[in-house]
Amino acid sequence: MSATLGATPTIVLVGHGMVGQRFLEALAERGLTATHRVVVLCEEPRPAYDRVQLTSYFSGKTPEDLSMTDLDFIRDHGIELYVGDPAESIDRESRKVTARSGLVVDYDVLVLATGSYPFVPPVPNKDAEGCFVYRTIEDLLAIEEYAKSKATTGAVVGGGLLGLEAAGALKGLGLTSHIVEFAPRLMPVQVDEGGGAALLRTIEEMGLSVHTGVGTQEILVGENGSVTGMKLSDGSELATDMVVFSAGVRPRDQLARDCGLTVGERGGITVDEQCRTVSDPHVFAIGECALASDGRVYGLVAPGYEMAETAAATIAADDAEQLEFTGADLSTKLKLLGVDVASFGDAHGTADDCLDVVYSDSRSGLYKKLVIGRDGTLLGGILVGDAEAYGTLKAFTGSVPPVSPESLVLPAGAGESAQLGPTALPDEAIICSCNNVTKGTIRGAVTEHKCTTVPEVKKCTKAGTTCGSCVKVLGQLINAELEASGVEVDKGLCGCFSQTREELYEIVLALRINSYQDLLDRYGREGARGGDGCETCKPAVASIIASLAPTIGASGYVLDGEQASLQDTNDHFLANLQKNGSYSVVPRIPGGEITPEGLIVIGEIARDFGLYTKITGGQRIDMFGARVEQLPLIWARLVDAGFESGHAYGKSLRTVKSCVGQTWCRYGVQDSVRMAIDLELRYRGLRSPHKLKSAVSGCARECAEAQSKDFGVIATSNGWNLYVGGNGGATPRHADLLAQDLSDAELIRLIDRFLMFYIRTADRLERTSVWLERIPGGLDHIRDVVVNDSLGICEELESLMAAHVSHYRDEWAETINDPEKLARFVSFINAPDTPDPVVGFVPEREQIKPDLPLLTIGMRPMEALEGSATR
Amino acid sequence: MTLAPETTTLKVQVNVGHDWVTVCDLDRLPAGRGVAALLPDGRQIALFRDRAGRTYGIDNRDPFCGAAVLSRGLTGNHQGRPFVASPLLKQRFDLESGQCLDDPAVSVAVYEVRAV
Ligand code: SRM
Ligand SMILES: Cc1cc2nc3c(=O)[nH]c(=O)nc-3n(C[C@H](O)[C@H](O)[C@H](O)COP(=O)(O)OP(=O)(O)OC[C@H]3O[C@@H](n4cnc5c(N)ncnc54)[C@H](O)[C@@H]3O)c2cc1C
Ligand code: SF4
Ligand code: FES
Repeated sequence: MSATLGATPTIVLVGHGMVGQRFLEALAERGLTATHRVVVLCEEPRPAYDRVQLTSYFSGKTPEDLSMTDLDFIRDHGIELYVGDPAESIDRESRKVTARSGLVVDYDVLVLATGSYPFVPPVPNKDAEGCFVYRTIEDLLAIEEYAKSKATTGAVVGGGLLGLEAAGALKGLGLTSHIVEFAPRLMPVQVDEGGGAALLRTIEEMGLSVHTGVGTQEILVGENGSVTGMKLSDGSELATDMVVFSAGVRPRDQLARDCGLTVGERGGITVDEQCRTVSDPHVFAIGECALASDGRVYGLVAPGYEMAETAAATIAADDAEQLEFTGADLSTKLKLLGVDVASFGDAHGTADDCLDVVYSDSRSGLYKKLVIGRDGTLLGGILVGDAEAYGTLKAFTGSVPPVSPESLVLPAGAGESAQLGPTALPDEAIICSCNNVTKGTIRGAVTEHKCTTVPEVKKCTKAGTTCGSCVKVLGQLINAELEASGVEVDKGLCGCFSQTREELYEIVLALRINSYQDLLDRYGREGARGGDGCETCKPAVASIIASLAPTIGASGYVLDGEQASLQDTNDHFLANLQKNGSYSVVPRIPGGEITPEGLIVIGEIARDFGLYTKITGGQRIDMFGARVEQLPLIWARLVDAGFESGHAYGKSLRTVKSCVGQTWCRYGVQDSVRMAIDLELRYRGLRSPHKLKSAVSGCARECAEAQSKDFGVIATSNGWNLYVGGNGGATPRHADLLAQDLSDAELIRLIDRFLMFYIRTADRLERTSVWLERIPGGLDHIRDVVVNDSLGICEELESLMAAHVSHYRDEWAETINDPEKLARFVSFINAPDTPDPVVGFVPEREQIKPDLPLLTIGMRPMEALEGSATR
Repeated sequence: MTLAPETTTLKVQVNVGHDWVTVCDLDRLPAGRGVAALLPDGRQIALFRDRAGRTYGIDNRDPFCGAAVLSRGLTGNHQGRPFVASPLLKQRFDLESGQCLDDPAVSVAVYEVRAV
């Protein structure tokens, strides 16, 4: 099989990794995909994905989440992408590439973007069962499977950036984890001795064992050939069930070697400033497989992207755009195991006469060093433990910062620390180094392209779309720019209130305002005071009042007094309105656990009232087709049998699903049902900005789908892992791990705080998932607040929750005992015994369904109503 | 749409052509929330009272879905005009004109209501 050389010239890309994908985008941007046939040979079983974020797979990101390839992009640009079909040989003479499948493609331009492979030191048994590398999604899947089924201890060979990431992942999988590093400190490339010491301390505190200054001599295997331990260079042995090699990477240049292209002494395909191989003008090499003209192989993505742009510009032969790649910055910022580590510029101070400014506090794992030139120029630095200032400092590298260097590394409060905002930066400063985006470009996105949010600017400029370390600065710049250009963003809740929901919450709480009218009249917008409010703010304020009821002295019963008129229709009738005006009734079934008697009662009630029954997606039973006047009668029967409202109608806790757990399941490690019931009973009735869902699984198999919940709990052998911010629905999101191995009490305390913090700060109708992604600092900030109590509000959050828990009352029982409230449950105020004639039913599968034609009868033209209004 | 003084003994009446039909005591009509009433000819009407004490009546049927539920919607004020938002798909209807504020092609019948 041979693809014929047509009239259109052909570009063949070998390797569809991060850099390869960027190269394709660069081709498309320059119109080359229209003028050329573009063929991509991709070795991995999936198109390009975000390798930098690889580890986030273990915190819930799926391979699909990590994908960087929009298949529409591939299709729209007519790119031929061969997935799982690597290039096997290159014939430079006749300009042909042969792929494993036998496909032969003639090329005019060949671009190699084959990346790197993980270096595995040549120690005995390095290929034994239980040995892994850490580079691809497939590697991670294999590690995960082995860790879950065959290992309790894991060791990582290599204490560099990737090694630490791998060790953190093993720990996250529940293994006792070791790191073996040959150098005398961790991350020897990025940090110096002081930084290494700070890092070591923090990492050991997390329960990882670090062995520095020792090499791996041999992998020990058991009788069945799988890993049992390793022998170290100091003669000691380390017992472990699996080994992950992370001892650096080497350029994948074999293909190039085989066809006679020049490679460097220590590997890497030798290229010139245009990324063209020095041996063949038809062949380019970009990314980690290339040995750049400055004699270096770059193992970071940002330089690779620059090479991709350079190669594309060269192929386009665009004289206006003469790009060159002559070297790149090696700045990195990482969050490893929750520790910030950053290094930028000349981090090790190699320049002549440079001076260090160091701040170090090993007690709290802080280490910050700036390298300053003689004239005060900031040359580089290292930050461990707190890399807040990274974005700004990096952008100032190469210039003399406007404030003294000491003040930039001192923690807030210690001496004269200065907050150097990104606004002080010059326009040329690179804010996103992964994508080479300057401050000027970001400002332009706001001023010229009218972007107003981080996601918009990301889309417009690509800034922040790779490693994410610049997103914070991005947000600050956007806000500063918006303010500067006088854009007044009305963040008000609605036409009645200029405050956000969060601000209204604070007002209500601080001033103990327990009436909507009072709030509107005092704090509403000018024209709205004294008025009737609107359908947006009424339920929102009703929800705030209900969440805080015991604390602000409001009734906790949502149909009391004024509160009744504010509720959405479902809350107003404590049931869910259906399309024909009937209602559904969902009693609470905590944790999904129900007795046979309970099932029978529900069955009897449904039969007696002729209701349609269905098991819901929330592990309980929904009864549909109740007329409004039947609701109290149905509730009375349910309450009598010990049921209560399931709040299926409220923006409040819905269900806490559970799996059967330890009690019955052979895998279960905790009693998930009991915990689910406890949680459901604790948070029932809690009104919140949006509905709240939860689930508890008895082990990591996760049968209760806890990771798709607002707060999900998964049992471990040591306690519970708490995940937050998950969502099903239209935009599903996996929850993020907030804390691990919690005791019952710790778990509940943390959920108390988390929920109350959410209720306090979320927007109206903002699920936890959206909230978590929106609020500045995201998960880290939330963790700071609820785990580390960084705002000092945890006690208050807990006591608000305690007040809720102790004041809970069942709304159904409350209502059926109140004749005045009961009088509202009629179809017609003037004919309480007459049912709404539009509510009718027809049979369907042995039950009922709404009679829809009935709804259309009498849908007369409007004018008829005016004229014929006789009797 | 008459101004009704705030007393509890008053009756709410609806104009059904030539007659005024009494539907309920005014105090059964809470401010900011509606109720439904059945007219003698079988039509359903949604009655509302705002904070200032003004009363309104519109057809109870949601013209988008057909269900008789407008009385169960949330009320509010939009640029000085009172409205109710349907509880089904949230379209708003001007309580004085019956005009749907979200779709100019749709409106519901309005009724004269008074409290006497
Ligand atoms: C009854 C039920 C479907 C069923 O027959 O199984 C259901 C029915 C409704 N869901 Fe649901 N959802 C039901 C489980 C779910 C689930 C599954 C779960 O909870 O595990 C999900 C995905 C999980 C999640 O919420 O993240 C789900 C995601 C939604 C969404 C999308 C939420 C989102 O954040 O995107 C909506 C729309 C909304 O809330 O804005 C919604 C809204 C609705 C509404 C309220 C739509 C409406 O306005 O009429 C339905 C009314 C129920 C009624 O009239 O009684 N329902 N809904 C399930 C009731 C569970 C219960 O026992 O309370
Ligand atoms: C866990 C992890 C974390 C990282 N974190 C960071 C970070 O924080 N910051 C940072 O800058 N960098 C980071 N990196 C490095 C970054 O991922 C790489 O620099 C980047 O992926 C290089 O892109 P590339 O396209 O050159 O190589 P790759 O992304 O490796 O892509 C090369 C592709 O070519 C394929 N290939 C090889 N040979 C052939 C062939 N013969 N035919 C077809 N296809 C072939 C490979 O299968 C691979 O898919 C990290 C890497 C890992 C593994
Ligand atoms: S999550 Fe674990 S304990 Fe629960 S049912 Fe599934 S396998 Fe069993
Ligand atoms: S610096 Fe990595 S995404 Fe911007």
